[in-house]
Amino acid sequence: MTLAYLLRRLGAIVVVLAIVTVAVFGITMVLPGNAALMILGEHATPENLVAMERQLGLDRPVWVQYGTWVWGVLHGDFGMSLRLSLPVAQVVGEAFWNSAWLALMALAGVTVIAIPLGALAALKRGSVWDLVIGLFSYVGTAMPEFVTATLLLILFASPEWPVMPAGGYVAPSEDFLGFLRHAILPAGTLGLILMAHISRQVRSEMSEVLSSDYIRAARLKGLRGRRVVWRHALPNSLAPAVAVISLDVGYLLGGIIVVEEIFAWPGLGRTLIYALQNRDLPVIQAITLLLAVVYALSNLIADIIIAWLDPRVRHA
Amino acid sequence: MRDFLRNPAGLVGLCLLSIVIGAALFGPWLAPYDPQQFHPKTRLQGPSWDFWLGTDQYGRDLLSRILNGAPSTVFFGIGSTALGVGVGSVIGVIAGVAGGRTDSVIMRVLDGLLAMPELLFTLLIVTFLGGGTTQAMLAVAVTFAPGMARIARSSVLSVRTREYVMAATARGESRAWIVGREVLPNALGPIIVEATIRVSFAIMIGATLGFLGLGAQPPSTEWGLMVAEARQFMFRNPWCVAVPGLAIAFTAMGFNLFGDALRDAFDPKRSR
Repeated sequence: MTLAYLLRRLGAIVVVLAIVTVAVFGITMVLPGNAALMILGEHATPENLVAMERQLGLDRPVWVQYGTWVWGVLHGDFGMSLRLSLPVAQVVGEAFWNSAWLALMALAGVTVIAIPLGALAALKRGSVWDLVIGLFSYVGTAMPEFVTATLLLILFASPEWPVMPAGGYVAPSEDFLGFLRHAILPAGTLGLILMAHISRQVRSEMSEVLSSDYIRAARLKGLRGRRVVWRHALPNSLAPAVAVISLDVGYLLGGIIVVEEIFAWPGLGRTLIYALQNRDLPVIQAITLLLAVVYALSNLIADIIIAWLDPRVRHA
Repeated sequence: MRDFLRNPAGLVGLCLLSIVIGAALFGPWLAPYDPQQFHPKTRLQGPSWDFWLGTDQYGRDLLSRILNGAPSTVFFGIGSTALGVGVGSVIGVIAGVAGGRTDSVIMRVLDGLLAMPELLFTLLIVTFLGGGTTQAMLAVAVTFAPGMARIARSSVLSVRTREYVMAATARGESRAWIVGREVLPNALGPIIVEATIRVSFAIMIGATLGFLGLGAQPPSTEWGLMVAEARQFMFRNPWCVAVPGLAIAFTAMGFNLFGDALRDAFDPKRSR
């Protein structure tokens, strides 16, 4: 892991993001419906429409519009929301932090629970534990978020037994405990699905490592079982686990859209669905780009962690 | 094949899949009631002798609705995957066979498309195409294409330098012959395995789109839509959301297990 490597990776990310801006802009350009018509309503006169199009810059060539948009984005200006008459940066900024808390809670919970579970399943291969964990992970990966969310709601938010709120949001600055209570079910939904996926990966990596030559050598050397697991097996199966978690961030960013919609959590996902329903193009563009940036950066961070965990990569 | 059946995951997957395919083929004929028929006196009931899986908010029989929704769900999963895999594989094979600048341009574009989370990409395309089953299917196919292209490309690349391909080149076979007869058949395995697992994702995404109101439209018996419509009543009768929800999970799990076992059968190194 040299500085040159890092710079090269950052360069690659910049190229990918440049392509993403073209893709995002292209998709929003071909979306049916015209921004001027959106603002003025169906009964706008043709003259007013032309005037509004000029005001919004829609009469200019596409590449000029694209250039203006990218130039603005590079300066932190994402334009005005067509529906909320607020700057997009403000709308998306608030939603971003709400989503970030949810995603981080899910990821943290998963990392603490899923990795030991997977390791346990690998250590006790063929036992009841292995079977239960395996079954859980197969069922978990086969349920879409909205099914898991709905089942959790029935279990924990029914009127007869309302342990958790069925949805909504409380600002952490107002009532931190209330914020946590509202976050548990949505974060739990995301967490359960991630957990199913990650524990299975950790199990397969760990069992591969456990049957490798150097673990046999460590055992033959007479090291105690626990030391073999903690010092030799686990660190070597962590790097692949981190790789899986970073890939799952992409999944998490998609899952958040549905989960926020179900639990009425005012994050990026809910804002995105609102924007899609109302054809609020600047908001759609900003959120899509933001999610792509987060995804790319999380992959980079994962690579750095993997290099730090695995000396072979570090010195390559 | 015997290895495949000895693998418990594969066996369970095969059983689940047989039930699902059976329901998809014969479901509409097996259904005891008309899926759209209202039974006003027996609304929101749990399972009973008359209604094996209970009834929804209009008293419609849940079992009949699930059985009627099965063909379209399976067709959606397989259809959108086949389309996405087909298009993606063609792009990937072109990139892998051509190499050089064509390859790197295609790969950079794919990187850009893959930088968006899958569901987000699907949502954007569905918004562009408009809601509906066909549109949702196309959207899932387009979303799958870049990832499949990447797998197809790496599969082609790994085959391209094998001895038998070099032997064919040395024999002086034409390029098209080598690609068609030597490279493609040998690169197909990983593509088929990935496609089987992807069917379960396609079914889940399709149901999610139905749930969000962007896929199938009422009064369709699409399972995701059924969950969405019954959500208001889920505390009065959990069955009306649990039944379609678990049906989705059941089907997705069948394809998942089957695909995993298929991968182990193709790659003996992994089946331990």
